[in-house]
Amino acid sequence: MKPFTTLVGIAAPIDVPNVDTDQLAPARFLRKPREDGYQKFLFHDLRFNQDSSQKLDFILNQPSYAQAEIMVVNRNFGGGSSREQAVWCLVDYGVRCIIGSSFGDIFYNNAVNHGLLLIKESEQTCQALREQLHAQPGAQMKIDLESQHFTDVSGTTHDFEIEESRKKRLLLGLDEIGLTLQYTDQMSAFESTYRAERPWLFVSR
Amino acid sequence: MSKPTTLFQKIWNAHLIAQDSDGRSLLHVSRHLAHDGSWHAFRFLKARSLPVRHPDQLFATPDHGVSTLSHDFAMIKDPDQIRVVKALDENAQTHGFTLFGLNDERQGIIHVVGPEQGITQPGLLIVCGDSHTSTHGALGALSFGIGASEVCHVLATQAIWQRKPKTMRVTIEGELGPGVSAKDLILAIIAKIGANGATGHVIEYDGSTIRNMTMEERLTVCNMSIEAGAKAGLIAPDQTTFDYLKGKPYAPKDQDWQVALAHWKTLKTDEGAVFDHSVTIDASALPPMVTWGNSPEEAIAVTGHVPDPKLAGDLTREQSLQATLDYMGLSALQPITDAKIDLVFIGSCTNGRLEDLQAAAEIAKKGKAVVQAIVVPGSSLVKQQAEAQGLDKIFKAAGFEWRESGCSMCVGMNGDLAGEGVRTASTTNRNFRGRQGINSRTHLMSPAMAAAAALKGHIVDVRDLLKGESA
Repeated sequence: MKPFTTLVGIAAPIDVPNVDTDQLAPARFLRKPREDGYQKFLFHDLRFNQDSSQKLDFILNQPSYAQAEIMVVNRNFGGGSSREQAVWCLVDYGVRCIIGSSFGDIFYNNAVNHGLLLIKESEQTCQALREQLHAQPGAQMKIDLESQHFTDVSGTTHDFEIEESRKKRLLLGLDEIGLTLQYTDQMSAFESTYRAERPWLFVSR
Repeated sequence: MSKPTTLFQKIWNAHLIAQDSDGRSLLHVSRHLAHDGSWHAFRFLKARSLPVRHPDQLFATPDHGVSTLSHDFAMIKDPDQIRVVKALDENAQTHGFTLFGLNDERQGIIHVVGPEQGITQPGLLIVCGDSHTSTHGALGALSFGIGASEVCHVLATQAIWQRKPKTMRVTIEGELGPGVSAKDLILAIIAKIGANGATGHVIEYDGSTIRNMTMEERLTVCNMSIEAGAKAGLIAPDQTTFDYLKGKPYAPKDQDWQVALAHWKTLKTDEGAVFDHSVTIDASALPPMVTWGNSPEEAIAVTGHVPDPKLAGDLTREQSLQATLDYMGLSALQPITDAKIDLVFIGSCTNGRLEDLQAAAEIAKKGKAVVQAIVVPGSSLVKQQAEAQGLDKIFKAAGFEWRESGCSMCVGMNGDLAGEGVRTASTTNRNFRGRQGINSRTHLMSPAMAAAAALKGHIVDVRDLLKGESA
């Protein structure tokens, strides 16, 4: 996993609320091998017509925003299906940070497993940031994870909160399974008690 | 005396292995459920050369990509789906977990199969790489959906890291009226609290309405908790739960049953326990509900009208509402019953159980489908039971198609899709754009409402048909 430290990149505003993971990654692409890349599936049915031509009104098809590495979104971004492919689509496209007021719980947990930083800000702040980005297409924002602040296109700096464990994993690009396996003794001790107390759960039929 | 605690807290405590310095909890996973879509996670595991830590705690069945025309493997035509359904078989062989394969009579949608087999039990912690894992909370199990990397983590460790969610109590009182179902109730709850109204929370449903519900109705309610953004939905186990589980293949037997039962009876929220949020719903006043938009929160009474974007308050919201109406082919303020239906789908982990099919068949009896109507049982056993009651004959006589079990049009991965512009009355859980086919239009509703729409060719208040009006 690629570590996340600082990022200076173009930011795109996504205005609509409730962008579900079906929009981010339509179901018919979900069984494609991970290693083949998911960038072309991101927002597929909003980005492309059925003849594969681009829908020109979609924000990522506007040249100023096409290289976006940051998105400022509306409430309940990434709700719905647990499909991690929504995150693969975003990171493979090049998006590394999303600022929004609320995210789907499962999407939020999936993001950190692929180095995608999600920043929670108030609805008012997000709306103001999106308005700035509409006014200055292609403008860049700056994210500094270590010091937990980002700079908007007007030069104003905003602090943000992030859980310590999430921050550490993003900064170092750490893999969770490796960390958890260090708890093997505790897991084994827990499991033997758990199994002894509930023998019926472990009978094969 | 110890501090009063919630049911959620009790289950959480019983699975807590360790905490890290950041306050996260490492929780033991009692039962891990898998399906054909778990393919990616098994590939991640293989890439790391890790074994499945506890194959006896893993149960799987193919559901997302299977054909509903026949369970002959050769009927799966999409190479991507062939690959993953086959891989599930191979992974079961390699790792030695329990698989209810395509031709096993226990096959079905994983969230129908778990409770049906008694694999889902009160007090367990259950995860699955599917958001509708919230379904299993109906039996008092803390259950939630996870992504592929987390599935790989659970395969390797039988544990998962979580930050403790908040709690929300949804109390529902009163008797549901005729023609009003568990589906209408959960749609009304989501409309009330919003699609992110329970984000970061575990919901516990309680109140007389829930207590009087059958297990299948409770499964429908918990299933759609995720559509309100909830981490999980929970219902404390009671006699209904115990009666439901007794005799199920994986339920405890004999002496074990007594031990389990004594434990299950302790699984309830203590008097005086504190929730972060509370919501109260009067079920007696509830009409049948139907969605008009592209989020499950966009639900109204079937007697209602499509909202007017001009009343949205701000321009961004007005534009987004208008875009939804354009996508849905609806106009502001039109009665929702004006919406003509092209296709009807009855099934899914939300509404594919026996009682759902019975409710739909009661309506189907009253006439003939005037549009294509597809019935997909939630599991192969549900199909068998429905056939034993002659429901298949009722549906076929009314011109409905009677299919094999699977996720089918709920997720549209097996080729069961609605065409461009096609308007579907659907008993599923998501009316997202394109969910049931590119540019297709979905209206969520109950099985009885969907069957009624099939007979009338437009959205209709099922209560009108129950009054004896001929179809």
